[in-house]
Amino acid sequence: MGFLDIDNVTKSYGTVEVLHRVDISVGEGEFLVLVGPSGCGKSTLLNMIAGLEDITSGTISINGRVVNEVHPSRRNIAMVFQSYALYPNMTVGQNMTFGLEMHGVPKAERERALKDVAQLLQIGHLLDRKPGQLSGGQRQRVAMGRALVRDPDVFLFDEPLSNLDAKLRVDMRTEIKKLHHRLGRTTVYVTHDQIEALTLSTRIAVMNKGHVQQLGTPREIYDRPANTFVASFMGNPSMNLMPARIVVRDGAPHAQVTLDGASQKLLRLGQPALAAQDGREVILGLRPEAITDEGGADSSAQLVEQVDHVVSVVEPAGADTFAAFTVGGRDVVARLRANSQPRVGAQFPFRLNMDKAVVFDPRTEARIGD
Amino acid sequence: MSVATQTTAVRTGRIGRALIVTVLIFFALFYLLPLGVMLINSLKPLPEITGGNMMALPREPTLDPWRSAWSTAQIGVQATGLKPYFLNSILMVVPAVAISTMLGALNGYVLTKWRFPGHRWVFGLLLFSCFIPFQIVLIPMARLLGLMGLAGSLPGLILVHVVYGIGFSTLYFRNYYAAFPTELVRAAMIDGAGFFRIFWRIMLPVSGPIAVVCIIWQFTNIWNDFLFGVSFAGLDAMPMTVALNNLVQSSTGVREYNVHFAAAILAALPTLLVYIVAGRYFVRGLMAGSVKG
Amino acid sequence: MSAEAMPAATSRADLRGRLQDWLPRLVLSPSVAAMLVFVYGFIAYSVFLSFTGSKMLPSYDWVGFDNYRRLFGLSAWTTALVNLGIFASLYILISIAIGLMLAIFLDQKIRAEGTLRAIYLYPMALSFIVTGTAWKWLLDPGIGIENTMHLWGWESFRFDWIKDRDMAIYTLVIAAVWQSSGFVMAMFLAGLRGIDNEILKAAQIDGASNLSLYRRIVIPMLRPAFLSAFVILAHLAIKSYDLVIALTGGGPGRATELPATFMYSYTFTRNQMGVGAASAVIMLMGVASVIVPYIYAEMRQGEDR
Repeated sequence: MGFLDIDNVTKSYGTVEVLHRVDISVGEGEFLVLVGPSGCGKSTLLNMIAGLEDITSGTISINGRVVNEVHPSRRNIAMVFQSYALYPNMTVGQNMTFGLEMHGVPKAERERALKDVAQLLQIGHLLDRKPGQLSGGQRQRVAMGRALVRDPDVFLFDEPLSNLDAKLRVDMRTEIKKLHHRLGRTTVYVTHDQIEALTLSTRIAVMNKGHVQQLGTPREIYDRPANTFVASFMGNPSMNLMPARIVVRDGAPHAQVTLDGASQKLLRLGQPALAAQDGREVILGLRPEAITDEGGADSSAQLVEQVDHVVSVVEPAGADTFAAFTVGGRDVVARLRANSQPRVGAQFPFRLNMDKAVVFDPRTEARIGD
Repeated sequence: MSVATQTTAVRTGRIGRALIVTVLIFFALFYLLPLGVMLINSLKPLPEITGGNMMALPREPTLDPWRSAWSTAQIGVQATGLKPYFLNSILMVVPAVAISTMLGALNGYVLTKWRFPGHRWVFGLLLFSCFIPFQIVLIPMARLLGLMGLAGSLPGLILVHVVYGIGFSTLYFRNYYAAFPTELVRAAMIDGAGFFRIFWRIMLPVSGPIAVVCIIWQFTNIWNDFLFGVSFAGLDAMPMTVALNNLVQSSTGVREYNVHFAAAILAALPTLLVYIVAGRYFVRGLMAGSVKG
Repeated sequence: MSAEAMPAATSRADLRGRLQDWLPRLVLSPSVAAMLVFVYGFIAYSVFLSFTGSKMLPSYDWVGFDNYRRLFGLSAWTTALVNLGIFASLYILISIAIGLMLAIFLDQKIRAEGTLRAIYLYPMALSFIVTGTAWKWLLDPGIGIENTMHLWGWESFRFDWIKDRDMAIYTLVIAAVWQSSGFVMAMFLAGLRGIDNEILKAAQIDGASNLSLYRRIVIPMLRPAFLSAFVILAHLAIKSYDLVIALTGGGPGRATELPATFMYSYTFTRNQMGVGAASAVIMLMGVASVIVPYIYAEMRQGEDR
C-alpha cells in the first residue's frame, strides 16, 4: 500500500476504453510523472485522481481512503492547470484563498496561509493585482501558490509549464523541483516533455494508447527501457534502433549488423542470456551518447567496439557534434565531442559502448536478454 | 463592431475612392431621410405639412404635436396620448427582459459546463424555437392565456415574451460560455465551490459583455414587438407599438401627420437611445444571433 | 475529449452530493418545460386544429385535409403566396446586393467608417411599425416624395406605387430593404474583417486586379456570411406582418396580402380558425425548410467544440 493507490483502474467513454487496467502505487512524498504523447490517457488519469472524471472500474485511494465517490473538493488535493485557470475577476490574493474560503476557513487563518505561501513563492507584491495584469511566469507562480495554500495531501500538475517560453520553462522546472524537496509532498505531474519527466520525477510512468508502458525510476526508464516505444520516446535525440541478428562467437553473443553496402559487422553484447538465441532477428538499441569518437569514449566501459563508417550528416550543436551514419538502411546518430571533426562523405572511426546496448524483440517490441 | 479589427489591404485609385465615397454618402442620406423628415415635420403645425414641402424646415416651429402625441391624442376611445401605453411597454419590457436574461444565463451555464446526455438535443430544440413564425402559436396561446385568466393583461404579455425570449438568451450565453475555459470551473470545483457558487462567483462576474448584448437584444425585440401585443394585450395592456399603429391608422377626423410623426419618434426613442449608447453591443447581438449555432 | 466539468456520478455517497448531481438538470428544467409546452406543444395543437372544423372557437371534429384543400382553393391565399414570392426574392436579393456593396466600400479605409456604419444600421433598432409609418407617408403621392418633386418643379414626376395594385408590393420591398440592408452590411463587413490580409497581399503580388480580387477570392470566402444573411432574411420575410399592417394594411385590395396577414385575418376576424391554423402550419414548414438544415449544419460543425 502506497500513499496514493491507483488499483486496476480503467476508463471508458461509451464502448471505447481509453485507459486499460492501470496499476500504480505512489509512496508518500514521491514525485510521480505521467509522460506520453498526446492522447495517451495521462490527463484522463490525472483527472480521475482529481475526481473530475468518473472511474469506470477499479479504485483510487488517497491516504488509505477510497475516493472513487468523493467530491473533488473533499479529496484533499490541489491542482495546477495547464492554463493556470486563475479566476479573472478576482485578485491574486482572492484567487489563492478562494478554496480556503469555500472550506470555511476563518479569515485570519486564510490571511496567514496566504502570507506564508506568498513569501515562499516571492509573489507578495502581486497579491492585489488581477490575473490579467500578470506575465506568464507570474501567473504560473500564482497557480502554484493557490495549490500550496490548500496544504493538500497530494499535488496534481497538468502540464503546468507548457504555456511558458523555453527559458522560463527551465527556470520554473528547477523551482518546482526545489519546492518538492522542501515540502516533500506527494505529487503527480503530467507532461508530454520527456526532459521534464526525467529531471523532476522520483518515478516515471510512461504511457501510450491507454497503457502504462513502463513504471520506474528515471534511470531505469532511460537505461533499461521496457520496449521500443519507451526507448524512442524518452531521450533526445532518441535511441538508435537498428535491425540486427544474434550470432554466437566464442560462446559470447554478438549482434550482427549490416553497414551500408553489404559489409557486416559483429558487435559484442553484454547480455550472456542472449547466447541461447543464436540466429534470432532482434532490434539493437544504442543511445547516441553511447556512440562517440575515439577520445570521447567512456573510459570505464568494458565492451567497446569500433566501427569505421562513412559519415552522412554532421550537425554541430555547440556542446556536442552530432554525426549520422547508416546501418541496415536506417540513420544512426552519434554524439561526438564538440571538437571532433567528421566530414560528410569521409570514413570516421566511431566507438560503440556496448555496455549500454539493449536488445528488443522485433515482434513484441519488448526488451529481451536481461 | 466586435470583429472590426483590421481593414483590407486592398488599395484603390483616386477616382475609385471618390466614387466609393459618393455612393456611401448617398446611402447614408437614404437611411437618414425618413427619420430626418419625420423629425422636421413633427415640429410643424399641420397646415405647413399638408400645404407645403416636406423637405422645408419649419417656418413656425412648435412642440404642440409632441405634447399632443404624448398626452392628448385620441387612441382608441380615450384621448390619453401615448403616455399610458409607454408606461405599459416599460412595465412589460423590464420584467420580461430580466427574467429571460437570467434564465438564459443559467441555461447557457448548464449547457456548456454541466453537460448531460442529450444536451445537444435540448439546445437544438431551443435554437429552432428562436425562428418559428409566431403565427403557429397564436391560437393555442390565446386559449391558454384565457384559461389562465391572463388574457389582455400585462402579466400575460410578460409570460409570452419570456417564453419566446429564452431561446435567444440561451443561445447568447451558451456561445459565450462555450469559449469560457472549463479548467476554471474545474479549479473552482476542487476549491470546493458548488453549482450555484461557481455560477455566482466565477461565471457571472465575467458575463458582463454578453449580458449587455442579451439585454439589449431582448429589450429591442420586446419593445418593438407588435404581433403579440396586438393579439394578446387587449385595451388595457396595449404596448407602445400597437398604440402607435392605432393612432396612425385611425380613420376618424383629420390626419394629424405631425402628431403621428412625433408619436412614431416617441415609440422609437427608447430603442434608438439604446442603439446610440451601446451600438457596439447591439451589433454584436445581431451577429451572435446569426453566425454561430 | 469532452469538456464536461463534472462526471454525473461524483459523490453519490451523500444526499447533498446527489442533489448537486441533479441540480444542473433541475435548473434547466423550467426552460425545457416551457419550451416543450409553449413551442412544441403549441405547434402540435395548431397542427391538430388545422385538421378540424374549428371556426370561431376550437372544435374537435376531424375534417382531414379539408382545410388545406380549402386554403389552396382560396384566391386570397394564392395571392398571398405569390406576393410572398415576389417580396421575399426581391427583399433578399436587394438587401444582399446593397449590404455587400456597402460592406466592401466601407472596408476601403474610409475615414468616417464608424459614423457611416452607425447610420446604415440604425433602422434595425426601429420597430417595423415606425418604419411603416415613416414610409407610408414618404410614399404617399399627395404629400410625400412625389409632391416634393412637384414643388421642386418636376411636374411630370410620378411615384404612386403605394396606391397602385400592381406596384404596391414593391413599396414593401423598399421599406423592408431600408430596414435590414444595414444589418446585412454588418454581417458582410464582419466577414470581410475575418479574411486574412496576407491572402489579399498574396493575391495582389500574383497580379490580381481589385475587381478579380473580390470576384475570385474575397466574395467566395464570404460564403458563410451569404448563407447566414439568406437564412435570416428568408425567415424574416416569411414572418413579415407588422410592416404590412403599418405600411399598406394588406391593400390596396389584396395587393400586399402576405401569409402572415392572411393567417391573422382568417383566424381572428373571419373566424375560420381551421383554415388559419392550416396557413400557419404552411408558414412553419416554410421557415423550417430554411432553418432546420442551417441549424443542423451549425450543430454538426460545432460537434467537436
